[in-house]
Amino acid sequence: MLAVLVLHTAAALLAPVLVRALGNRALYVLALVPAATFGWTLFQEAPLAEIYPWVPHLGMEMALRMGTLAWLMLLIVSGIGAVVLAYCARYFDEGDPALGRFAGIFLGFATAMTGLVVSDDLLLLYVFWELTTVFSYLLIGHKGEQAAGRRAAMQALVVTTAGGLAMLVGFVMLGHGAGTYRWSEIVAGPLPEGSAVAAVLILAGALSKSAIFPFSFWLPAAMAAPTPASAYLHAASMVKAGVFLLGLMGPMLAQAAPWRPVAVVAGVVTLLLGGWAAMRQHDLKLLLAYGTVSQLGLLTVAFGAATRTAALAGAALLLSHALFKAALFLVVGIIDRQAGTRDLRELSGLGRTAPVLAGIAGLAVASMAGVPPLAGFVGKESLFAAFEHGGTADRFVLLALVAGSALTVAYGLRFLWGAFARKPGHRSMELPRPGWAFLAPAGLLSVAGLAAGIGASWLDGVLTPYADLFSGPTGDHLALWHGLGLPLLLSVVVFAIGGVVFAGQLQGRPWPRQRLPQAESVYKRLMNAVDRAAVELTGATQRGSLPFSLGVILVVLVILGGSTLLFGGAPWPTGLRLWDTPLQLVAGAVVVGAALVAARSRRRLTAMILVGICGYGVAVLFVLHGAPDLALTQFLVETVTIVMFVLVLRRLPVRFSARPLRFTRVVRTVIAVATGVVAAGMAYVAVGGRIATPISVDFAEPAVSFGGGHNIVNVALVDIRAWDTMGEISVLVVAATGVASLIFRRSEALQRRRKEQGGQATPGGAWLRAGDNPEARRQSIILQVVARLLFHTIVLFSVYLLFSGHNAPGGGFAGGLVAGLALTTRYLAGGRRELNAAAPVDAGLLLGAGLLIAVGTGAAAMVAGGQVLQSALVDLTLPLLGHIHFATSAFFDIGVYLIVVALVLEILRSLGAELDRQHDVAAREERRALERQKEPV
Amino acid sequence: MTPNLVYIVVIGVLFAAGVSMVLERSLTRVLMGMILLGNGVNLLILLGGEAGTPPIVGLGPDEEMADPLPQIMILTAIVITLGMTAFLLALAYRSWAMSGHDEVQDDVEDRRIMQLAERDQGSGTDDTDHTDAPPPADAPPPTDAPPPADREAAR
Repeated sequence: MLAVLVLHTAAALLAPVLVRALGNRALYVLALVPAATFGWTLFQEAPLAEIYPWVPHLGMEMALRMGTLAWLMLLIVSGIGAVVLAYCARYFDEGDPALGRFAGIFLGFATAMTGLVVSDDLLLLYVFWELTTVFSYLLIGHKGEQAAGRRAAMQALVVTTAGGLAMLVGFVMLGHGAGTYRWSEIVAGPLPEGSAVAAVLILAGALSKSAIFPFSFWLPAAMAAPTPASAYLHAASMVKAGVFLLGLMGPMLAQAAPWRPVAVVAGVVTLLLGGWAAMRQHDLKLLLAYGTVSQLGLLTVAFGAATRTAALAGAALLLSHALFKAALFLVVGIIDRQAGTRDLRELSGLGRTAPVLAGIAGLAVASMAGVPPLAGFVGKESLFAAFEHGGTADRFVLLALVAGSALTVAYGLRFLWGAFARKPGHRSMELPRPGWAFLAPAGLLSVAGLAAGIGASWLDGVLTPYADLFSGPTGDHLALWHGLGLPLLLSVVVFAIGGVVFAGQLQGRPWPRQRLPQAESVYKRLMNAVDRAAVELTGATQRGSLPFSLGVILVVLVILGGSTLLFGGAPWPTGLRLWDTPLQLVAGAVVVGAALVAARSRRRLTAMILVGICGYGVAVLFVLHGAPDLALTQFLVETVTIVMFVLVLRRLPVRFSARPLRFTRVVRTVIAVATGVVAAGMAYVAVGGRIATPISVDFAEPAVSFGGGHNIVNVALVDIRAWDTMGEISVLVVAATGVASLIFRRSEALQRRRKEQGGQATPGGAWLRAGDNPEARRQSIILQVVARLLFHTIVLFSVYLLFSGHNAPGGGFAGGLVAGLALTTRYLAGGRRELNAAAPVDAGLLLGAGLLIAVGTGAAAMVAGGQVLQSALVDLTLPLLGHIHFATSAFFDIGVYLIVVALVLEILRSLGAELDRQHDVAAREERRALERQKEPV
Repeated sequence: MTPNLVYIVVIGVLFAAGVSMVLERSLTRVLMGMILLGNGVNLLILLGGEAGTPPIVGLGPDEEMADPLPQIMILTAIVITLGMTAFLLALAYRSWAMSGHDEVQDDVEDRRIMQLAERDQGSGTDDTDHTDAPPPADAPPPTDAPPPADREAAR
């Protein structure tokens, strides 16, 4: 059975490709998959069980089991699936672009349905159940551009998913009570506790799936789907899932009190209301849809009653309904395609022009009406017999069944008349003759209904093992001839009433309007309420203003953080020292002063410089705390940041715009001060909160023995917490790419950039590239020469930092930043030409190379048999250099170094060189415009 | 550990100054506020570990070494801040080049939803009802409208 599922999945995935390659013929190939399943199933002996482990620690498994009912359903699902797929090859236009998608979803649905009927594990069943819902959603919404289709799809999805969720709760209650989720084991044990509630919940799922009252409204709307999909999903297979569940669980859950009454009453109501509504329809497809609703009600009565005879009748009806209803839908599809309408007021005289089609439809309708010797008759006779001998309640049910069946006869006749009869006042329509390949699928299904009726005794033989799961008198069988008795008499009555009703309607009596008291209005009101609530909530919380949102977050921080500090019971430290060294006071005072002035400054450059001073001050605090690596990195980052800001701020206005109003200024200040106080309080308490021994006391020894370095911070970055660093350098790569894409606005700009960089590498140029360029006039030649002379020394120093970082302050970050500053010096001194001369490479290339090296180091460790990013110690003796001891994580650090260099380079190219160029272009255009203005004068 | 007053004051001031700048609309100013806030947060993390000699094995006795773990985290934070600063600066410049200023504007879609809420209407995305009139064409507010907070202040 697993093989069947895998085969279906593969076919679903391949379908779009196959359709693109073969066109509509691909559907015949695809139809082979369900056809093969059908053939395989036909020769299987139920029950069949397979179990595969799936999620062992959750107790979930792929427990598959095919009992008799599942066997029957699998035959229906695969057989009708194959026939409908073959039909699709003619239904869809050759070259329809949506066909590949349709075929894939269709087969995906077939997979889910197959899985649903063979699942033994309830959770697995639920998964397949919801998958059918999703695929059904996609098929109903096949024409996604039409609002009606989208709405119908959403309705079906919401209704059946809501029912499905209720069912899941029911499953969990059952599984929890029984201690296993495998249905075959649950059913073998006693009725678990709380089964009554579980039964109601499961009924909710089953009834909503099968479009039983009060959930019927979604099914007629679902007719927005293409007709083959309606034939398969909404007549033959998916809607049967609910009925199937009733049949599967009935043997056990019917013992729970609410099961029988709820199912039978809902079924009876649906049977009558559906039949009634069908009499009013003018669209043939809708007529069939309401007929389907009605028939599903009949099936629900049969399985819900849960007696032996009723179950036997239900199984036979399940088969016969699938055959005749799919056939009728296919017939409607043909009429729709050939005549261009499905409205029975417009169709006329098709019976004469398309006699074969009329014959096929007639046979199917006869089965639906229960005419002997067709399958429908066999099932209905048995169902009448099931309620023949009961008490008063059964009598009422029997009465309703007779009434419902009479309606079925009436709307069946209405269908035949509407589709094929010649109507007075209408000319006979000329129908383009449908090809045999188009007719054959429908004909096959109709004839199968006849065969199943004639082979009633064989059917009885294969279905009896299922019926025997139920209690009840064992004498009843499926047969064409039961002898003269009440059921046969009732059949005659049904035909008579049905005929009279239809004749009455034909005489022109208007069919009384019946407002189906459905849950549809509840559904609409609910969806509207959800929408309104979402709008109100969003409108109230998302005010669209960044300061407002940030303010709310900070106020929450103040309130929550502050109250936790005050009342949270955290131990407050007892003492307070002023400082560790007086130097801290000096650095702290600088930081405090600079920060306060920066916050009040209205000039961009002033604010920036003050923020930079803050950063340097913090770096000094790092040194005093015993963190030289931090201090080094902070100094370098702060310098790069200042350069960046200056590069951008030279283009922006001198002052910050839009001085906020007084009121908001006050609010802002209050929030700011409160946040500051809470943060200071946290700092005060946090010191005392450190109770446990820090994990890092154990870092020192492994840093040397495993990491091969003495600088714990650096070893941690490239080894102990290397994954963290990996994430960080990825962020840098993204940021650098983002900067470039924001500044180089068009792709031509990017191409020009590449050319410029390539052109600078030619040998024989001037020593100073800024050279005779006009822009060089603005630059100091002395500065250029000094920068040029210092450049290599600085780069060499950066490489030293990179490699010494393992044992002393430094490392890839610090080294990369120093190299970046060397490039910055060249750029500041000589402009973009000097920069390109200093680094004649594309920054993107460097970024990629760095990331490749870093990832490669990690992967190499894995290839060598270690963990990802694990480092190894290598001792080498090289000529000239002598003995070398290094860790492989040094390569990782090289990757980090390259990425940081590339980031700085990208910043210089974008925020520096490209802004220069854009400025030059703008200035030149302005000059030209001025000259043009002067000329005419 | 006894708390150190200098650190506590510095952290408080950095947070306060940072927050007051972050709550503004000019993107460069917001960015500067973020940098100040970041420095404050880094110091706060640093306080979680003991001060001492640099965490380099062999420089001194292991017992006097500063806690390396907060330092490792802060180092990552510092460099990420650099990347973020570069990106936001580019964004600020782009905003200036396109619209002549670097201010963060109110979100137009948020405004539209607020107006729907004021008119007690649904979004119309639930697809159930056709009777709801579509939102009038002039629903999105002009983008240069003052922010709500300022509007209130003006009153």
